[in-house]
Amino acid sequence: MTTEILMPALSPTMEEGKLSKWFIKEGDKVSAGDIIAEIETDKATMEFEAVDEGTVTKLIVAEGTDGVLVNSAIALITDENSEDAIDKKVSNLKAQTDTNLSKAEAKNQVKPLEENKPESNPAVQTKTQTVREAIRDAMAEEMRRDETVYLIGEEVAEYQGAYKVSQGLLDEFGAKRVIDTPITEHGFAGIAVGSAFAGLRPIVEFMTFNFSMQAIDQIINSAAKTLYMSGGQMGAPMVFRGPNGAAARVGAQHSQDYAAWYAHIPGLKVVQPYSASDAKGLMKTAIRDDNPVIFLENEILYGKSFEVPLLEDYTVPFGKANIWREGTDATIVSFGIGMQYTLEAAEQLQADGVSVEVIDLRTLRPIDYETIIKSVEKTNRCVTVEEGFPIGSIGNHLSAVIMERAFDYLDAPVINCTGKDVPMPYAANLEKLALTTTAEVISAVKKVIYK
Amino acid sequence: MAIKKVKRKSTEEKGDLIKFYRDMLLIRRFEEKAGQLYGMGLIGGFCHLYIGQEAVVVGLEAAAKEGDKRITSYRDHGHMLACGMDPNGVMAELTGRSGGYSKGKGGSMHMFSKEKHFYGGHGIVGAQVPLGAGLAFADKYMENKSVTFTYFGDGAANQGQVYETFNMAALWELPVIFVIENNQYAMGTAQERSTSSPEIYTRGDAFGIKGEAVDGMDVVAVRDAGVKAAAHCRAGKGPYILEIKTYRYRGHSMSDPAKYRTREEVQKMRSQRDPIEAIRTLLVSEKHSTEEEIKIIDREIKEIVNLCAEYAKESPEVPAEELWTDIYA
Repeated sequence: MTTEILMPALSPTMEEGKLSKWFIKEGDKVSAGDIIAEIETDKATMEFEAVDEGTVTKLIVAEGTDGVLVNSAIALITDENSEDAIDKKVSNLKAQTDTNLSKAEAKNQVKPLEENKPESNPAVQTKTQTVREAIRDAMAEEMRRDETVYLIGEEVAEYQGAYKVSQGLLDEFGAKRVIDTPITEHGFAGIAVGSAFAGLRPIVEFMTFNFSMQAIDQIINSAAKTLYMSGGQMGAPMVFRGPNGAAARVGAQHSQDYAAWYAHIPGLKVVQPYSASDAKGLMKTAIRDDNPVIFLENEILYGKSFEVPLLEDYTVPFGKANIWREGTDATIVSFGIGMQYTLEAAEQLQADGVSVEVIDLRTLRPIDYETIIKSVEKTNRCVTVEEGFPIGSIGNHLSAVIMERAFDYLDAPVINCTGKDVPMPYAANLEKLALTTTAEVISAVKKVIYK
Repeated sequence: MAIKKVKRKSTEEKGDLIKFYRDMLLIRRFEEKAGQLYGMGLIGGFCHLYIGQEAVVVGLEAAAKEGDKRITSYRDHGHMLACGMDPNGVMAELTGRSGGYSKGKGGSMHMFSKEKHFYGGHGIVGAQVPLGAGLAFADKYMENKSVTFTYFGDGAANQGQVYETFNMAALWELPVIFVIENNQYAMGTAQERSTSSPEIYTRGDAFGIKGEAVDGMDVVAVRDAGVKAAAHCRAGKGPYILEIKTYRYRGHSMSDPAKYRTREEVQKMRSQRDPIEAIRTLLVSEKHSTEEEIKIIDREIKEIVNLCAEYAKESPEVPAEELWTDIYA
């Protein structure tokens, strides 16, 4: 009897991983609990144990293979000796794994459509990078440029980042500038703010922005308000960053999108990038900014690849939205992971003959109102897309601004696509229902164009 | 009963004692004036007076060196005057005028001075404790020998972030002195009603932080404790805790009904333990100063305070456009 060993899912968002090492070879006998492989996920490198016993008859995926899909067969264990049967099964499985791999690649490659972006300018060379790598490179470049920049947070140093965003930074910059903290968000956020008052430029990593709730007093009352309260004498030039919003199946306390919460506060700047090039350019701008910046990342986007310009010093300014695709029938305004649904919807609507203009806000404070108003004046219809809760959402705010500034141009009410007004459920089917979907965006667009 | 005698003999301290007397008296008179202006409606909102606690900041400032930093809570007027900030700028901030340290945008609880290394003036109880450790973190990062005096009260000592900070300050050996100004009341709650163990200075034990209790009505004792604590920090040995036992004569803020303690209790502290009277008595009994010399100081201080009150009243209102400045750097 032959048992397939499948690529395990070792983190909530893992869709694929690297089989970095085999500890077994063909012909070895294994028992349940033996460590058979080392697997690198989007979060960490982990050992993987056998759950069945038998003889390893085939290692299907070679050591060092990247992009191995979860649940694809990586090895066979058997106690039979029917070589022919095994060979046949192996070649079938290998073909299947190869297709899966190329599917994964195609899925993770997204090309921005906007023409004035450096990465879509044929004169500027680009390289394909994940959002995760882009953020790390931005931090590393700024740390090389400015000695006062340091990174502090839980597991940022020795562990190499809970989501591997800070991978390699400890090696390059040492323990003085890449600092592991105890699990004590309120305390270390306050220490970082104090150090910023005294002239340093900390980057504070929250393992997730959900944990920033422990520290929100220091972020708002100390970091955001001191410049004003001191009559301009001192403020907090720093970045608070980390994954924000829903990952996958992590439940109500780890899934909230804080975009609207932080965008509410004068004194903060708030960034929520979608693409890797924006993540890089905006992160460099954030670190150089003399104000506290909330930089909202997304766990699902970390592994997504985009083209990033190969420029020595690539920055993206705050307060400037990016038009991803031009269109005439309706405007969709989104940001962060909302862009994923938006772009999918725009693509499908195009096939239906509906031309949608897609705006990626990129920064939520300051917001580029001009670009939105100009677009609405052209299309006369607008849908907003985000993952946060509906009440007091970014979309609510944009609706009000559009009503005030472009009322006479509107041919339909603005519709806000948001996460549902419920704590995030765990069950896979319920979680899908709680989030915004591409289908909802399409139906909202059809509603505003009365189709 | 007479004022408890501060036992100091050395004649070389004469200059120090006179400075202590002057600095404490300036705070006392300034605060009395602030109370008056509050009563006249010239100062609004919250106004927390420091009367009774003067020996704490004056003693510790005598232990500070150039470049040392200080940060405190909302009861901050005394700290600002003691570190050399201009009384005019402080009083004008209390009246919310453009001549104030924060151009009228901070108020009593929120003033800062980069020049004097005074980092506020914080209104959320306990929040200044990690901030103060952060100032010390910056000093260590930049490899200078400065120390940060982080002041907080017995009330704030029950906030969780204080212990998060103790842990990291000890772990990273930050040069910070945690100064607990124990005035025995967290707003209107007496210490025995809020605090399970009265020896707050021992609360660093769990983190390996040395602590000691100090008589906060004796400015010389406070100074000596400060010198010792600062030397510990400057030697790279990490943080130090000083629990300074003091007493606030006035209410928590101007709107305190004072139902939680007796008039007699306050009167007893004033008559027996007043830190300013103690130094005055010492100056005269040890023949460092004559009554006449002390009266000259009293007159000078009165003059400074009257002038700063005038300045605060005359300073122009804040221009409306200031509403929209200093939000972003």
